[in-house]
Amino acid sequence: MDGGARDYSLTGPDGARAVEIGLASAEWYHTDVPRKTMKGLMKRTDGPATRDTLIWLMLLILSAAGGIALWGSWWAVPFFAVYGVLYGSACDSRWHECGHGTAFKTQWKNDWVYVLASFMVLRNPTAWRWSHARHHTDTIIVGRDPEIAFMRPPDIARKALAFIGIPDVFVHFGILLRQAVSGPNAEEADYIPTSEVPKVKFWARLFVAIHLAAGLTALMTWSILPLMLIGGPRIYGAWHMVMVGLLQHGGLAEDVLDHRLNSRTVHMNPVSRWLYWNMNYHVEHHMFPMVPYHALPKLHEVIKDDLPPANPSIPHAYKEMIAAVLRQRTEPNYCAPRSLPEGAKPFRAGFHDRTALPEAG
Amino acid sequence: MSDWIDVCAADEVEEEDVIRFDHGGRTFAVYRDEDGAAFCTDGLCTHEQVHLAEGLVLEDEIECPKHNGRFNYKTGAALRTPACVALATYPARIEGGRIQVQI
Ligand code: FES
Repeated sequence: MDGGARDYSLTGPDGARAVEIGLASAEWYHTDVPRKTMKGLMKRTDGPATRDTLIWLMLLILSAAGGIALWGSWWAVPFFAVYGVLYGSACDSRWHECGHGTAFKTQWKNDWVYVLASFMVLRNPTAWRWSHARHHTDTIIVGRDPEIAFMRPPDIARKALAFIGIPDVFVHFGILLRQAVSGPNAEEADYIPTSEVPKVKFWARLFVAIHLAAGLTALMTWSILPLMLIGGPRIYGAWHMVMVGLLQHGGLAEDVLDHRLNSRTVHMNPVSRWLYWNMNYHVEHHMFPMVPYHALPKLHEVIKDDLPPANPSIPHAYKEMIAAVLRQRTEPNYCAPRSLPEGAKPFRAGFHDRTALPEAG
Repeated sequence: MSDWIDVCAADEVEEEDVIRFDHGGRTFAVYRDEDGAAFCTDGLCTHEQVHLAEGLVLEDEIECPKHNGRFNYKTGAALRTPACVALATYPARIEGGRIQVQI
C-alpha cells in the first residue's frame, strides 16, 4: 500500500502537522480577475433566489398535497419521489448558498431559508456555519477540514449506501441528539467558538423535538405518512444531493492550496443545476465564495481559461471519480490528474504529494 | 493624534467601494460610501486575516471575501459570523480631492 491510513480527526496528529507546515489557514491560488468584473459578478440581488425559492416551496407543497391525497395507492409514489428530492436533495444547496449569505440580497431571507434547509438536511445551522467556514479555509486539508466526504482509503460501500440516506441520516440525527444534550464535542469545539454553544444547543433541541413529534404522530396514527413528510425525505430523497455532492472533491487531491486541484466543475443538465443551485461550478465557488450561485456560469466564462477543463457531464465525471477512488483503495496518495489549458497559470501544488511533505518538527 | 496621511486621489476609489492601503508595515482598507465620504479600517479581517479590500461593499458594510463575514466599516462592528471581533477604525477625510487618513 502506498502511504498509510491518515488521521482525519481534527484533534489528531495530521491536523497538528498541517498547522506546523503552513497548510492550515494558508493563502490559496486565485485566478486574476479585474476588480470591476469581479464587482459585477459579486453583485447581490433578490430576484433569482426569490423566484427559485417560491418555485421550490410551491412544488414542495403541491407534491406533498398530492402524496397525502393519494396515500395508500401507488399513485402517491411519483408525488413522494418529487417531494423527496425537493426536500432531501435541494435542501443541501439552499443550506449552502444561504449559509454563505450570497443567495439573496436581503439577509433575513438568507437566514430563513438557511434554517429551513438546515432542518431538512439534518444539520445544526450554527455548528455547520462554522464547519463550512473551516471547509473554505482548509479545503480537503487532512486533519483540518471537517467536511471531507471521501476519506482514504475510501469506504466505497458506505458511500454507495449514502444514496439511500444510510447510515447518513442516523449519523446526523445522532449528532443533533448529542448536541441537544451536551453541545459540541471536542472536534466541533476546534472550530465553533464557545460563545456559539448556546445557539448550537437551541437549534439541536428544536430540530430533535420536531422530528420526535413527527415520529410520535406516526406511532399514534400507526402510519408512516408523517415520516414521509418530515425526516423521511432525507433518506428516500437524498440521492440527488449525494450524486452531485460526491463529485465536488471526490478522487481529487488532498493537502493542496489550489482549488483547481481539489475541486471539480461539471457541466450538468438544467434540472440538476436548478436543484443544486449551480454548485456544479465548484472550482469557481471555492475560488470566489462571494459570487452568488446565479452568477457562477458567468464567472466560469470569465476564468475557464485558467481552470482544468470542466467534465462535460455527470456520467463523465463519475467515470473519472470512480476510477480514482478505486485506485485509492490501495494507493491512498493517488488522485485524478488535472490538466490546465495552454496559457493558464501553473498549479500551486507543492503539498499534494504526501511523501514530499516536510517532516513536522 | 498622528498627522493626516495621503492615500490617493479621491476618484481612485469608486463610491461604495474599497481599496487596500499599506503604510508603515501595516495594511488598511479605505472606503467611500454612497455619498462619497471616506472611511478607513484595519485591512485584515479579524476572523482569519484576509484582505478586506478584495471584498464587497454593501451599503455601510464590508463583506469579507473568504467566509462572507461582515463588518460595518463606519463603526467597525462585526455583523455576521464567522466575523465576531470588531475592526479598528481610523479617521478619514477628503481634502483637495485627496483621501487622507489618520492612523
Ligand atoms: S476571514 Fe473574514 S470572515 Fe473569515
